[in-house]
Amino acid sequence: MRATFERRRHLLDFAVRSLARRPTKNLGLVAVYALVVFVVGSVMLYGAAIRREAAAMLASGPELTAQAMTMGRHEMSRSADVAALKGLRGARRIEPRLWGYLWDSAGAANYTVMVPTASDTAHALAKGEAIVGEGVARARKLAPGKMLFLVSPSGKFLKTRVKAILSAESALVSSDLVLVEEGDFRAFFELPADAWTDIAITVTNPREVTTVAEKAGLKLPGHRFVSRADMSRSAEALFSWREGLTLALLAGALLAFAILAFDKASGLSAEEKREIGILKAIGWESRDVIAVKLAEGGLISGLAFLLGVIGAWTHVFFFSAGLFEPVLKGWATLYPRFPLAPTLDALEMATLAMLTVLPYMAAILVPVWRTASADPDAVMR
Amino acid sequence: MIFHPPILALIAASLISSLVLAGAGLFAVRLLRHWDPASGAERQIELERITTLVSTVVAFVLVVEAASLVLFAFNADRMAPLFVGAMCAVGSLNASVWGFPTLWAKIVVFFAAFVWLAVDRVDGRTRDWALIRPKYAGLLVLAPLVFAEGALELAYFLDLKADTITSCCGKLFGEDKPNLGGDLAALDPFQAMGLLAGGLALAIGLGVVAARGRLLAALHGVVSLAVFGLALAAIVSAIAPYVYEQPHHHCPFCILKREYGHVGFALYVPLFVATGAGLASALLVPFEGRIDGAVATAARRGLTRTAVVGHLLFAVVAVVLVMRSGLTLTP
Repeated sequence: MRATFERRRHLLDFAVRSLARRPTKNLGLVAVYALVVFVVGSVMLYGAAIRREAAAMLASGPELTAQAMTMGRHEMSRSADVAALKGLRGARRIEPRLWGYLWDSAGAANYTVMVPTASDTAHALAKGEAIVGEGVARARKLAPGKMLFLVSPSGKFLKTRVKAILSAESALVSSDLVLVEEGDFRAFFELPADAWTDIAITVTNPREVTTVAEKAGLKLPGHRFVSRADMSRSAEALFSWREGLTLALLAGALLAFAILAFDKASGLSAEEKREIGILKAIGWESRDVIAVKLAEGGLISGLAFLLGVIGAWTHVFFFSAGLFEPVLKGWATLYPRFPLAPTLDALEMATLAMLTVLPYMAAILVPVWRTASADPDAVMR
Repeated sequence: MIFHPPILALIAASLISSLVLAGAGLFAVRLLRHWDPASGAERQIELERITTLVSTVVAFVLVVEAASLVLFAFNADRMAPLFVGAMCAVGSLNASVWGFPTLWAKIVVFFAAFVWLAVDRVDGRTRDWALIRPKYAGLLVLAPLVFAEGALELAYFLDLKADTITSCCGKLFGEDKPNLGGDLAALDPFQAMGLLAGGLALAIGLGVVAARGRLLAALHGVVSLAVFGLALAAIVSAIAPYVYEQPHHHCPFCILKREYGHVGFALYVPLFVATGAGLASALLVPFEGRIDGAVATAARRGLTRTAVVGHLLFAVVAVVLVMRSGLTLTP
């Protein structure tokens, strides 16, 4: 046992020294390798972080949302619909919601205008007050106390005073949000008093969501019911798909890198060939040479992987993944600027290692063997 | 298909493994036809040179397959939110008919590659390539297994669709369910733990003395395989409920989850290594006549020692999990 360990230690020691003897060649390889890990790692870390953000954001939403449908299109719900759902067993709270979109030509962006629900006391508003999202505040240079003017498509004018700006924590959804009071909203969009955008249903027991949706469906056959789980599945699938697609596009880069690794490992200098020749002449077996060369590959992989991951992590969590942001997050004029919670996940790291280290190691196997199995007499001559 | 990064990584790994083994398989056919250690012909020298490469690449494939088995289980668990009704890996694996067959295929490949590598290592220590023919005949068994596993995995991933309605682990490992999972869950936990303790004691005892005789080594292999089955049964019937502290939650996959500190890996890794080592030491027995006695004994000793350490580790982890649990099961 001890002898095996000692042997491995000496082989590793030899590999380190061998790498140090050719610093330029190996550092160049490490740099390219680390760049590959950095690019692939950035895509993966960013994709995972944005999925977590979306999941965290959906976690606070209602378990069920009911939307009226007419001819397959979204329609406004009526107060009578809300009344029909009252007393629905399993539902803790049933609240109609008012929200809509507004194209703001001044800010050249789309806003989501919304009325805080009755239970949302933290954002309760008086007439003439508004709370805006971080993106709106940025676009219109708003601060609490300043005035916000909105113009409806029919030319109606809404004058509000900014009461507060929403925190950046939930920026993915709240960036383009403008919260206003119900009366202001109805007057601005010329909405009748009994019209609501949709109905939010909070379910006491999350396992009963399907049953509650079925029961509610019987009461309101003209409505469709979307569960939070459906939405989180869609978000998960969408972001995973974007991440996967970007990675698939990077497959070409990975292949190019594997070819480079193959080429580097094949092209031995005269000095290296002599070195291997001497080793074999003094009694090293092919297996020992392979072990040393693979250890060199392992050391290069370890170093490049570490550097690449540190780079990707910094890029994603401290620089908001500036290079890949538009591809993965999607695009909008008022896209939020939000700090992602820095995390490192074992599955992501294992996947990253499999996508980057595996092709490298696979690419150097044959050249390493060819080097190791060469005849000492032939390589030294 | 779901375009998930770990899925892409797993498919890439399978592709690399299959390509490598396809090449190795072709070489195996050539070697089995032309191998002649007495000959000094160029072809024989070339065959001898290439065997070193094949040993290296199959070792590489084993590492890849072991990593891919872990990643596959881990990823199945993470994909659960994509499927309606899935709570853990069971739901994801059930989302397609190919899910569980892929998992079983990966486990079989892991053990087959483990045994092949053990034979290869012993062969590398002999001076006269004593095991070369059985080794390459074995490679012709291993390669199709890896292809089949890769094909099953691809079929599984292609078949996966988000929003598929699947069943959670409670459905598969419910005590009243008429399937293998249900039967295992319904096992009396004390009986299951008793059988496991007896099996482990026997396996460890045999492992300690296995180096002394071929029959003991063969018996140790058989007992190791039996302990693998007993351990899985005990995990479903008793150890998992102790981890979850819920008498009716029997899932052998949820213990891999973060909520439970990934303790499942601490159980499964030593168990798999011990089983692989036990099997390998037993499968070497028929070939021991061909090799030098000292090499055979050293190889058997190394493998049985690995198996004993693995079984001991598994036992310690299982005992700690049961002792630490707030659940008390009474007979």
